Amino acid sequence: MERSDLEIIANDIRIQIIRMLTEAGSGHPGGSLSCTDILTALYFGGVLDYDAADPDRADRDRFILSKGHAAPALYAVLAKAGYFPEEDLMGLRKLGSSLQGHPDSNRVPGVEVSTGSLGQGLSIASGICAGLRLAGLTSNVFVLLGDGECQEGQVWEAAMFAAHQKLDNLVAIVDHNGLQIDGDIRLVCNPEDFDEKFKAFGWDVLSVDGHNIDELVRVLNQAKNQKAGKPIAIIADTVKGKGVSFMENQASWHGKAPDAEQGAQALAELGAERA
Amino acid sequence: MVTLASKEAREVKKATRAAFGKTLIELASEGIPVVGVDADLSSSTTLAAFASSSPENAKRFFNCGIAEQNMIGVASGLALTGNVAFTGSFAVFGTGRVYDQIRNTVCYSNLNVKITPTHAGISVGPDGGSHQMLEDIALMRVLPGMRVLVPADYAAARSAIRLAALTPGPIYVRMGRANVPCVYEDGVDLEIGKAYKIREGGDVTIVACGVEIREALLAADALAEEGIEAEVIDAFSVKPLDSETILTSAAKTGCVVTAEEHELIGGLGSAVCELLATDQPCICECVGVRDRFGKSGNFEELLGYFGLDWKAIVEAVKKALARKGLC
Repeated sequence: MERSDLEIIANDIRIQIIRMLTEAGSGHPGGSLSCTDILTALYFGGVLDYDAADPDRADRDRFILSKGHAAPALYAVLAKAGYFPEEDLMGLRKLGSSLQGHPDSNRVPGVEVSTGSLGQGLSIASGICAGLRLAGLTSNVFVLLGDGECQEGQVWEAAMFAAHQKLDNLVAIVDHNGLQIDGDIRLVCNPEDFDEKFKAFGWDVLSVDGHNIDELVRVLNQAKNQKAGKPIAIIADTVKGKGVSFMENQASWHGKAPDAEQGAQALAELGAERA
Repeated sequence: MVTLASKEAREVKKATRAAFGKTLIELASEGIPVVGVDADLSSSTTLAAFASSSPENAKRFFNCGIAEQNMIGVASGLALTGNVAFTGSFAVFGTGRVYDQIRNTVCYSNLNVKITPTHAGISVGPDGGSHQMLEDIALMRVLPGMRVLVPADYAAARSAIRLAALTPGPIYVRMGRANVPCVYEDGVDLEIGKAYKIREGGDVTIVACGVEIREALLAADALAEEGIEAEVIDAFSVKPLDSETILTSAAKTGCVVTAEEHELIGGLGSAVCELLATDQPCICECVGVRDRFGKSGNFEELLGYFGLDWKAIVEAVKKALARKGLC
């Protein structure tokens, strides 16, 4: 089947993620690959209103990567979007590079706020939504959470606040890959059912196949345009390690970089022209 | 030079927290985009006074309910959209419970969020050890980029809130519940990075902050009756510390006593000892709480119980002078 333009972009992002992590020798492939299609839809599917040449434009839409360990995916996307040169990507996790192991907003244009300590992005996004409303701006805020991350109590403090404040400029996307470092999220400490939990907190909830980019674009736009006095959660069903056969659905690839051989194999699977 | 309160004004007692909401109203009326974010303690912190002052300010106040972690995150988001965000709650929750949120979101991102809880130290009295925050200066001082202001009275607290609003980046202002006598003239403008000599003396330097300024001044009065002249310095800015003022006085007197309503580990005493040890070794005695939690009781009783009252400072001064070889 012919790949769409967005699928080609997503594949390029995956190739960059593998290259960066192989070069860095550490990092988080599983959760970076699971959210690649979501980020591709947001940044290249016409959902997020941004301007790489003017990253601080007041009325831009915001994206917050609450699951900060997926930094390689965000960096690859931001570079492709023009926030900084793609050559910089290979500096990931190295001394002297602006690309820290987790996103640092003081170093990287396009990163709205530093993340890495889990559970904080939804609160920050809610504050931004409230601030945009105060300023009379209609911009939207998207925040990406890990499903394991939703074990953090602060996520639900923020969920309560966002609904109470009727923040309908807020869209939370849960990267529902089902795995965390210690294994299956349902076995570690079950945070399910996301759909029912968000609804119980007063949110509207949408579901989507997190690897169907056309569907992602459609659902993200639907969430963005729906103004019903409620924040919206999108539960995106994903596969941890998506796109690399030996990483797929393996919790062990949460926070482990491929070695040179594994990297080459992954790149071959992704059809990269060179390792 | 700052002007101290007149003798009559010194009789007036007000809590530092009382300056919080009022000063925000003042700043908002000057067009400073302040917002208040609290966690169900807005009547105690006085952020409620800000919220109820006008329909516009009501919109600039956000109550997170009993959810302090979210309070810091919401304040961060408000700061990211151009506001000067002041947080509330009690110091024990507003610094300790949310240490990671302050570290990883506010400080690491260098956001314009002000950590401004009230009821610090033993001033929360009868509530007991669970609520008496004695480690907040240590927690905030160790954070990269965080400034720490400890106002001694109402006027200093007003100045601290104004400074926090007008100085970009993370700032901690420690406010208490207890009514304390005025030290400074109303409307005083203090500075970040400055300590203030509020009493001259040549025998010993007492460096204190917050409510201990009152105790330090009482101690100085008592010592004067015995012919010992104490210089009292208000370390309003615990971080950055005014090394020049402190070292100049220490060079003159040759011995230092610190006093704080806080755990000795990591607080003002530690900061002064670090300064003296590295720059100008000198005898130093520290008055503070020694590696323990608080206890229920009223504020005045507790000052004595924990050895934080003027008598404890007098004792420490005598110990320091003995070490200096004068007593």
